Amino acid sequence: MRSYMENYAIEMTDITKIFPGVIANDHVHFQVAQGEIHALLGENGAGKSTLMSILFGLYEPDSGHIKIRGKEVKIRSPNDATALKIGMVHQHFKLVHNFTVTENIVLGLESRNILGNLDVRKAEKRVQELSDLYGLAVDPRSRIESITVGMQQRVEILKILYRDADILIFDEPTAVLTPQEIDELIEILHRLKAEGKTIVFITHKLKEIKAAADRCTVLRRGKYIGTVDVKDTTEHQLAEMMVGRSVSFKIDKQPPRIGEVVLQIENLTVLGAKGVPAVRSLNLEVRSGEIVGIAGVDGNGQSELVSAIAGLLPVKSGRVLLKGKEITHSRIRDRIESGLGLVPEDRHKHGLILDFKIDENLIIKSFRRPPFSNKYGFLQFDAIREHALRLITEFDIRAGSGPATPAKSMSGGNQQKAVIAREIDLSPELLIVAQPTRGLDVGAIEYIHRRIVEERDKGRAILLVSFELDEVMNLCDRIAALSKGEVVGIVAAEQADERHIGAMMAGMVMEGGTHA
Amino acid sequence: MRNTRKATVTDRFLDFITQSEAMVSIVVVLLGFLVGTILVILVGRNPSGMYSAITQVLTGWDLRRGTWNARYIGEWLVMSLPLILCGLSVAFAGRTGLFNIGAEGQYVAGLTAAQFVAIFGPQIPFLHWILAILAALVVGALWGGIVGILKAKYSVSEVVATIMLNYVAYFTSRVLTMMIPGANTYRTPTYPQTARLASPFLEQLTNGSRLNYGLYLALISILFFWIVIGKTRLGFSLRATGLNKEAARYAGINVNASITTAMAISGAFAGLAGAVVALGSFNYGRVLGGLDGYGFDGIAVALVGNSTAWGTALSGLLFGMLKSAQPLMQSRQIPKEITAIIMGLVVVFISLRAGVRMLMEWRMKEQAKKGRVIE
Repeated sequence: MRSYMENYAIEMTDITKIFPGVIANDHVHFQVAQGEIHALLGENGAGKSTLMSILFGLYEPDSGHIKIRGKEVKIRSPNDATALKIGMVHQHFKLVHNFTVTENIVLGLESRNILGNLDVRKAEKRVQELSDLYGLAVDPRSRIESITVGMQQRVEILKILYRDADILIFDEPTAVLTPQEIDELIEILHRLKAEGKTIVFITHKLKEIKAAADRCTVLRRGKYIGTVDVKDTTEHQLAEMMVGRSVSFKIDKQPPRIGEVVLQIENLTVLGAKGVPAVRSLNLEVRSGEIVGIAGVDGNGQSELVSAIAGLLPVKSGRVLLKGKEITHSRIRDRIESGLGLVPEDRHKHGLILDFKIDENLIIKSFRRPPFSNKYGFLQFDAIREHALRLITEFDIRAGSGPATPAKSMSGGNQQKAVIAREIDLSPELLIVAQPTRGLDVGAIEYIHRRIVEERDKGRAILLVSFELDEVMNLCDRIAALSKGEVVGIVAAEQADERHIGAMMAGMVMEGGTHA
Repeated sequence: MRNTRKATVTDRFLDFITQSEAMVSIVVVLLGFLVGTILVILVGRNPSGMYSAITQVLTGWDLRRGTWNARYIGEWLVMSLPLILCGLSVAFAGRTGLFNIGAEGQYVAGLTAAQFVAIFGPQIPFLHWILAILAALVVGALWGGIVGILKAKYSVSEVVATIMLNYVAYFTSRVLTMMIPGANTYRTPTYPQTARLASPFLEQLTNGSRLNYGLYLALISILFFWIVIGKTRLGFSLRATGLNKEAARYAGINVNASITTAMAISGAFAGLAGAVVALGSFNYGRVLGGLDGYGFDGIAVALVGNSTAWGTALSGLLFGMLKSAQPLMQSRQIPKEITAIIMGLVVVFISLRAGVRMLMEWRMKEQAKKGRVIE
């Protein structure tokens, strides 16, 4: 075992950070050696981002000490962090879309010539040098809007390299990337390491840790669990440290019993926010008893597709049929009544009314009919309460004050369970599930996956949209790869392999894929 | 030792005042009075005059002379009625996520409609004023509903639309009322007796005050608000729309219809306020020389009442009390403007709810540090 003792780039000791009602970091230790790739692992809400935000000067810790390169420091703002040569690549890029790569990189430290004009030449040259040195393959003159997401991430990396950072923090860097891009990123990380940079990356994906990191620190519910050498630790051991118990990754399911077509989409075109088509002539079928997964990188038309089926966005052209009945332009309420259920992508925006109590949230789609309201239009509170109690028990929703718990006071996992409970309870013929497990812990994910498979086995048609390729591959019977609003290919799950789907997600039409 | 004791007393006090929104409102009102009292002292007057005026309004007792006259209570209620109704108007819109600054315009619309029916309606006891009230409800609802439609269909901000419609209502009312035969530049001929809301029973009870059937109408309105918002399907969809429009739409609620309905009901409340004033406090139609201001006061009433039915009723009574105490204060050498200052202070303090929330969060954090509350 190597010794890292003498040369720490980052030493954070006894860090405590308290937010109202939660201890985000509870006496956490975090030590990163000079020149290593160090993964920070934990479930959502484990306190990873808080810890890194403290390191980057976005929060001040309530207690604890920070040493950078052996020297005790106080980091009060991102400017302090930059001065200490710490740079951060945020999960959501902070780039100006109609600026060039170079303009984005120099933003804030523009050097000007005598005439007061931006000295682009000089900056471009430096960007090119950095790009070549680390193998980033970025053209300094491209506009941000014309380059891929993976490339944009590399611009973010260049931005901090340009500011001479030698400690680089990556916040969930792979969340927005295709599998191929993830491989490229890992290569870049190794290259940066070879040039003597120290790298910290936040993640909850074990595979990437095995592929990239030297050591790994695990946090669970704000507490420091341990730091391990990655090469001596299996994925299962890491998962156990992260969750606190042993977990299974496989989803048990029987082969599907596929029935008639429930959802049929023909040549569907939907305009996105900017008035350009986000879904282009899309064709797709979902039959009863199967789970069809949409694999794709965020922003390739998934949200628009789901919104159009649900009636939240207007359809430009094409048709949507539910059990053979056209619903292309139907009212949302009629769609719900003809058997369309949706677990929306954004549970705070669409899924729940956060200021409503949980019992009210559980009837927002069914409050009009008995037993929840009588024929005179009065709500029946006893029935509403009983319904909530039943679902709370059946779906194991943890709500502090039972049916009267305000939705906003519940944890993300329990909020999501509430949404899923409501939708499954309506027993829709077609259940659309968008990002069902985003931001949830492993226990909740297992449970939600099991319920989705149960619905399938009851003969419902299920359309699953997820940015997590693993989730799509584990859960679905057929997988449709979506790229730029088009279905590039559809494969049966048992024949699917990650490379192949990844290539399709990047827009490459593969021979193995069969069009529907 | 002493320090810990002191901390627990403060803790208990903060726990007490932050336990509910209603408690916050009460504390805020007390705070308004406290500051008002200090101001009275600062200008060199005796604040006991202020409180004796208030006592007289609330109980009818004149502490200076030791006499009792129930008329003051009646006049207090008369003053409170339009405030409560306009408060309900703003509150109803508020519960639906809308800011109705136009209660004033809807009030004027209702008032004008009621005046017309009062003058031209059939002179049949009860039926006459009931028709006038209905006309005011309908016209108020239309005036509010227009804004709802504009908002729902064309995304016109209800704030801008209602403000503009206030002026339209005001000038239209003037023009139309002056066209009534026999009207001059400030009034119409006297109404027939059948149009008046006067209730001999209530008048007798309050020693000849102007207290009228409007009292019952206001009570019905409060109950209507309470039941519709809290207990019905309609209220459920309105509240859902108000709290999260996107989620309401996703759940199949017709958000546009909700907005229009809510604005219409909101307008009807304000219209009713107009009718209660026109038929209860006056026996002739007015050509308005200025805005009465009840609609604007309604914003403050709803704010202090936290947009609930009973809260709005109570805060309407509070504002009504302050307004009807004004002349009594003046006779006691208290500048009557102090009531307006107290009202203003209450509104400012209540807007500091956000500050109270910050205080609560800070306290939770302190407690978490001490290890008292975690999770």
